[in-house]
Amino acid sequence: MKTIVDVKNLTKNFPVGTGFFTALKDVSLQFAEGEFAGLVGPSGSGKTTLLNIIGSLDVPSDGEVVVLQRSVGKLTPKEAAKLRKEELGFIFQSYNLLPVYTVFENVEFPLLLLNMTAEERKERVMETLKWVGLTDKVKSRPAQLSGGECQRVAIARAMVKRPSLVLADEPTANLDSKNSHNILQTMLKLNEELKTSFVFATHDEKVISYLKRIIRLEDGKVVADELIAEPSK
Amino acid sequence: MIKFLFKGLIRDKSRSLLPIIVVAIGVMMTVFLQAYMNGVFYDSIESAARFTSGHVKVVTNAYKENLSQMPNDYAMTGVDEIMEQLNAVHPDMEWTDRIMFGGLLDAPDSLGTTRAQGNVAGAGIHLLGTEDEIIRMDLKPKLISGRFPEKNGEVLISNELFKKMKLQLGDPVTLISSTMYGDMAMYNFTVCGTLHFGISMLDKGMIYADIEDVRMALNMEDAAGEILGFFKDAPYENDRAHAVADQFNAENTDEADVFSLTMMPMSMSNGMDFMITYAENAQFIVILIFVFAMSIVLWNAGLLGGLRRYGEFGLRLAIGENKHETYRSLVGEAVLVGLLGSVIGIAIGLFFAYLMQEHGIDAGDMIQDSTIIMPTVFRAQINATTYYIGFIPGVLSTVIGAMLAGIGIYKRQTANLFKELQA
Ligand SMILES: Nc1ncnc2c1ncn2[C@@H]1O[C@H](COP(=O)(O)OP(=O)(O)OP(=O)(O)O)[C@@H](O)[C@H]1O
Ligand SMILES: [Mg+2]
Repeated sequence: MKTIVDVKNLTKNFPVGTGFFTALKDVSLQFAEGEFAGLVGPSGSGKTTLLNIIGSLDVPSDGEVVVLQRSVGKLTPKEAAKLRKEELGFIFQSYNLLPVYTVFENVEFPLLLLNMTAEERKERVMETLKWVGLTDKVKSRPAQLSGGECQRVAIARAMVKRPSLVLADEPTANLDSKNSHNILQTMLKLNEELKTSFVFATHDEKVISYLKRIIRLEDGKVVADELIAEPSK
Repeated sequence: MIKFLFKGLIRDKSRSLLPIIVVAIGVMMTVFLQAYMNGVFYDSIESAARFTSGHVKVVTNAYKENLSQMPNDYAMTGVDEIMEQLNAVHPDMEWTDRIMFGGLLDAPDSLGTTRAQGNVAGAGIHLLGTEDEIIRMDLKPKLISGRFPEKNGEVLISNELFKKMKLQLGDPVTLISSTMYGDMAMYNFTVCGTLHFGISMLDKGMIYADIEDVRMALNMEDAAGEILGFFKDAPYENDRAHAVADQFNAENTDEADVFSLTMMPMSMSNGMDFMITYAENAQFIVILIFVFAMSIVLWNAGLLGGLRRYGEFGLRLAIGENKHETYRSLVGEAVLVGLLGSVIGIAIGLFFAYLMQEHGIDAGDMIQDSTIIMPTVFRAQINATTYYIGFIPGVLSTVIGAMLAGIGIYKRQTANLFKELQA
C-alpha cells in the first residue's frame, strides 16, 4: 500500500504566556492509501492539532510531516494552498455551507479553483451529489436542508475534486444518531469505491464503530494504534 | 469564478444593495456638484469674458502695461485693417472693438450751468445697427428704463448714477474726458435708457455709448483701446486661447515698440487667472472629498460584510484559495459594486444636472452687490467630464473600502481555521 501521509517524530508547541504548551509529543504515524482511520482521544489530546498539520493548515514545531511527497513544514503559504486545493478535502463539525448559493454551487465551488470547463464541473458535481444521495436537492439553498443533508453536501464538497485524502474533524457532532450513521455509511462507501483515504478526529462512539483503524491519542502522544479487522458496522 | 462571485453579489442583498445605494448616492452628488460647479464657473468666466476680457484681447504693448487705467493715449490705430486681418486668420472667432474710458459726466440745467456731476467709467461698443454686443453682454434684461441707442449721440447710464444725478430720460449730459492725444474732450449725449447690473462697481457710474460716438468724442478716428475675440459657439478654453495668442504675438509683437500689438488670453487678464485654475481644480477637490467620505462608509459596510462572511473566507482558505486570491476577489467584487453603483449614480446625477442646466436657480435677489461680474442665474453645465467623473469616487471608494476591510483576511491564521469553522 502506498503511503500518503508520513508523520515523523512530530512535536507541536504552542506559545503560552512566557513558555510553551506541547500539544503533540514525538508523534510518528503513517497513513496508507485507502485508509478509514480515526484519531480518538479525550478533549485536548491533540486530535485537531494533528489534523491541522496534516492538512497543511499549520506547521510542525519539530519533526516532519510529509503529505503526498510534500513536506508540510517547508511549503510556502501558496504551495500549502495548492496542496489543499488539489489533494485534500475538509469536512468540518459545522457544515460551513455558503448560504447564498445552491447545493449545486456549494459543491461546485472547489472546482472553480481548478481549471475545469463548466461541463466537466457539472458532470462532476452531479456524480458526486448522486453518491451522497442529494440529486433531488440540487437547486435548494442550505437553509432549506436538514442538518444531515447539509453535512452530506459538505461531504460532496470535500469529495468533488476526488481528493486523495479527506480530513474530517468531528463530522457528526451536530447530527442526531440516525443522520450520523447515514453520513458515515456514505463516507465508508466512498472510501471503498474510490479508495479515498479518510482521517477523522473524533470521540464519538458512532464514528469509532465504523473505523478500520483507531489511533488513540492522550496528552499529545499516541498510546495505541490498532487495526480493526471487523469494524462493528 | 467571476460568475460565481457575481451570483453571490446579486443574491446577498446586504453585500450588494447597501453598497450600491451608498455609491449611487455619492456618485450622484459628485456628478451633480461637478456639473453645478462647472456651470457656475463657466457662467462666471463667460460673463467676465463677455464684459471685459474676451476669450482673448488685443491691445498695444503700452496699453497692456496700464490696463486698469484704460490708457487711450496708447490705443491702437488702423482698427479696420486689424479687424480684417483677425477675421481672416481666425474665422472661427468673433472679433469686436471697444473703447474703454473714464471721465466726468455733467448734467447742465436749463441755463447750461452744472446741476450735477459724477465720475463715470464708459465703454464705447457697437450699439447702432447691430445687437451683437447687446446680446453678448446680456444687456437686455439689465435695461430697466428707456431703450437702447437708436441714433448717434445717445447714451445708456447705470440707474444708480441716473438717480443720483436726478436725470430724466431724454436729458442732455456732457462727457468731459481727454482725447487720445491728451487734450480735453467734451461731448454731448442724450440719455436714452438706464441699466442695472447688480454689481456695485458698474452701478456706481457706468455709461455705454456707440463706439462711433466715443471715437468722435475722444478724437479716436479708426482707433480703439481693445479688440476682444471670442470662440464662436464654444466656452473659454485655456489651451486654445493661449495657442491663438502665441501665434498672434509671434507675428505681431515687438517688445521694443510700445504701439505694437499684443494678444492676451483671458487667463492673463486681471484676476481671471485664479478663477480659471480654480475652476479646473475645484472639481478634483469635490471628487477627493467624496472619495474620502464614501470610502469611510464603504469601509465600514465592508467590515460588516466581512464579519458576516468570515466563515466563507475561512472555508475558501481551507479549500485551497490562497490569501491573495481571496483578497483579490473581495476587491474584484468591490469594483463590480463600484461600477454598478456609479452607473446608477451617474444616470441620476446627470438627470438632476440636466434639470439644473435647463432651468437654473435665479439668485438675482441673493446677490445684491457683488464685486465681480457674476451671472445671476446659476445653471449647471454638463460637459464631457460630467459623464465619467462619477466613476472615480464610485470605484475608488468601494475599492479602498474593500481593501481596508479585507486586511483582516491576511490576519487570518490558517492554523485556526478548523477551530473557527467549528462554531
Ligand atoms: N493555537 C493554540 N494555542 C495554544 N494552545 C493550543 C492551540 N491550539 C490548541 N492548543 C492546545 O493544544 C491542546 C490540543 O488541542 P486540540 O484542539 O488539538 O485538542 P482536541 O483533541 O482536538 O480536543 P477536542 O476534542 O476538544 O476538539 C489543547 O490543550 C489546546 O488547549
Ligand atoms: Mg478538536
